[in-house]
Amino acid sequence: MSHPNPVSRPGGASSRERVLGRIRRALADVPRDELPGSVPLDRDYLRVHGTRTPEQTADLLAVHLADYRALVHRCPADGLAELIATLLAERGARSAVVPDGLPDSWLTALTGVELVADTLALTARELDAVDSVVTGCAVAVAETGTIVLDGSAGQGRRRITLVPDHHICVVLAPGQIVDSIPEAMERLDPARPLTWISGPSATSDIELDRVEGVHGPRTLEVILVGEPAR
Amino acid sequence: MSGTYLGMPAFPEAAAKSTQDTQLRGNLRHATHTIRAKRAVAVAELDDWPQLRAAGAAVKDRTLRHLDHYLEQLETAVTAAGGVVHWAADAAEANRIVTDLVRATGETEVVKVKSMATQEIGLNEALAEAGIHAYETDLAELIVQLGDDLPSHILVPAIHKNRSEIRDIFTERMGDWGRAAPAGLSDEPADLADAARLHLREKFLRAKVAISGANFMVAETGTLVVLESEGNGRMCLTLPETLISVVGIEKTIPTWRDLEIYLQTLPRSSTAERMNPYTSTWTGTTEGDGPQTFHLVLLDNGRTDTLADTVGRQALRCIRCSACLNVCPVYERAGGHAYGSAYPGPIGAILTPQLRGTASALDASLPYASTLCGACYEVCPVAIDIPEVLVHLRERVVEGGAVTLRGTRAVIKPAKGHAAERAAMRAARWTLDHPAALRAGQRLAARTRRLHPARLPGPGRAWSATRELPAVPAESFRDWWQRTRGEGKNT
Ligand code: SF4
Repeated sequence: MSHPNPVSRPGGASSRERVLGRIRRALADVPRDELPGSVPLDRDYLRVHGTRTPEQTADLLAVHLADYRALVHRCPADGLAELIATLLAERGARSAVVPDGLPDSWLTALTGVELVADTLALTARELDAVDSVVTGCAVAVAETGTIVLDGSAGQGRRRITLVPDHHICVVLAPGQIVDSIPEAMERLDPARPLTWISGPSATSDIELDRVEGVHGPRTLEVILVGEPAR
Repeated sequence: MSGTYLGMPAFPEAAAKSTQDTQLRGNLRHATHTIRAKRAVAVAELDDWPQLRAAGAAVKDRTLRHLDHYLEQLETAVTAAGGVVHWAADAAEANRIVTDLVRATGETEVVKVKSMATQEIGLNEALAEAGIHAYETDLAELIVQLGDDLPSHILVPAIHKNRSEIRDIFTERMGDWGRAAPAGLSDEPADLADAARLHLREKFLRAKVAISGANFMVAETGTLVVLESEGNGRMCLTLPETLISVVGIEKTIPTWRDLEIYLQTLPRSSTAERMNPYTSTWTGTTEGDGPQTFHLVLLDNGRTDTLADTVGRQALRCIRCSACLNVCPVYERAGGHAYGSAYPGPIGAILTPQLRGTASALDASLPYASTLCGACYEVCPVAIDIPEVLVHLRERVVEGGAVTLRGTRAVIKPAKGHAAERAAMRAARWTLDHPAALRAGQRLAARTRRLHPARLPGPGRAWSATRELPAVPAESFRDWWQRTRGEGKNT
């Protein structure tokens, strides 16, 4: 901003002091020696709703994802590449964007799918022309049927799981699955940009009739990968 | 007539007008009852709902009692993460800041994700005056914007339009704003959603500047949080180069961990889902991912005045879930527009008169837009005692007293004796004519009698433990109002 006079600049120092001053006057009833952290707050809500084995947690995740019309698949680790190839082929995808750090071993079975790297040079318009995207995730939450992406290896920039119309997301079970929101919060780093996804994009804005898919991917496929078959 | 100052003057007039529209009433009734039932199921899934609700209220109270501390902490954290923080004392200042920021980018178009704060301050109009087009991108907001209309529900702003009305709006208006609707568009919701997808995709792909609100701001980390369903929020938050978020100062929460409460209570209370399809969180800017310029405009605009009222300040806990609208018998009859602000329903009835003061007839009448049945309190995920605040505000309208207006202490004059009396009489008669509401009102009277001995309609009785919502008589607001206002001269 190039305003010459910082004191009168809208939103500048004077407004800051004015708002803070109003707040302090408004809170005249709060004892001066009261510390913010001393205002009572009971966290006696549950950390997890119910008790489950890891298998049951994975099952619950699958059920809850499906409730919101995500397509859920399960496979052993050594069947993953095959499954990804099958899903892309069934979709008729000719191109798929893949983020940095996605394990090469996931993509060894592909045929006839052009892989597009998630680079800074990839424009939104180019991305719009890509059919599918394949990513991992940071954590998945069983109680709410949610997958969370944090942009670290294998997940890419936020836009790549938004613009293409078809998203395949791989969840490693049981390690990446937690039961509850409180457990997920602990694992996530708020300094990273996070995207919490619970089913494909949807709207109920027209007569409260739920319609899948407005702007985000209209098809969300989640693969729960178990231990390798022995 | 002098009676327009007290006892539901402006509100019922607007309400009666909007309820002449039977389409609106039908849509509203269907909508509110559908969401209401679904919400109850979603809430019942969590055994610890009462604890989550209490914790949600406590976190907000902790924040509000030390709001200066947390805002300074937030400012520091956002700045450290690469954001720029601005402070706006009122709507005009916020609009000026945003307009200047958009102008500085050289752009004349912005995409917007639904934000009640920007609706409250009239940002779109201010931008339009500066020659900047603001495109709303929520499906419902798009419908409202294309139809040159006003939102009528927090969560479902186009709740008053049915599918064929929406089809007509799209067919007639989309071409004026960008990509036209496909020829022969049907009124199937899926086809309408697809038309919106195509129309807006073009805007998202070229947008350089986006404007958003936020559901929460985490003071310790500087993280902003947006919950949404459609993905238009993600488009706005990630594709443009510049992001400007306009957020009320009360949206602050102290810690990252505090979010775990609201991520459980907000989706279930608003869309009755375990979790909404998309939640985005971002902290300042991230190199290579998303907007590289981020501005946060912290908005006061009457919030500090509200904070100064020790009874009324609980309204600032509101997380805008809209559950209170969906259970309110008055909202169901009146529709959202009757409340005359961005905030309809019970929350609007307590928030608007505090944000704006009660100088206008409409704002003075809002505290009367209730039967005091208490259903709004029962469903509120942050336990705002809306009836208590309503009674408190009625008392202020009738008796006058000390308030804070735009940061300055002022004394509101009491209403003239006879007018005050008439208002109280009307309120009483209104509830007496309304047996279900009366029963619930008595519960409230018993609860708040200690605070408000003289002003409650109906005799106070022991608090009844019933948790049932009041039955809603099958009668239009218009008939109901004409019958219960007790003067019955209108035809
Ligand atoms: S007052 Fe409570 S129920 Fe109403 S919108 Fe706000 S948080 Fe939701």
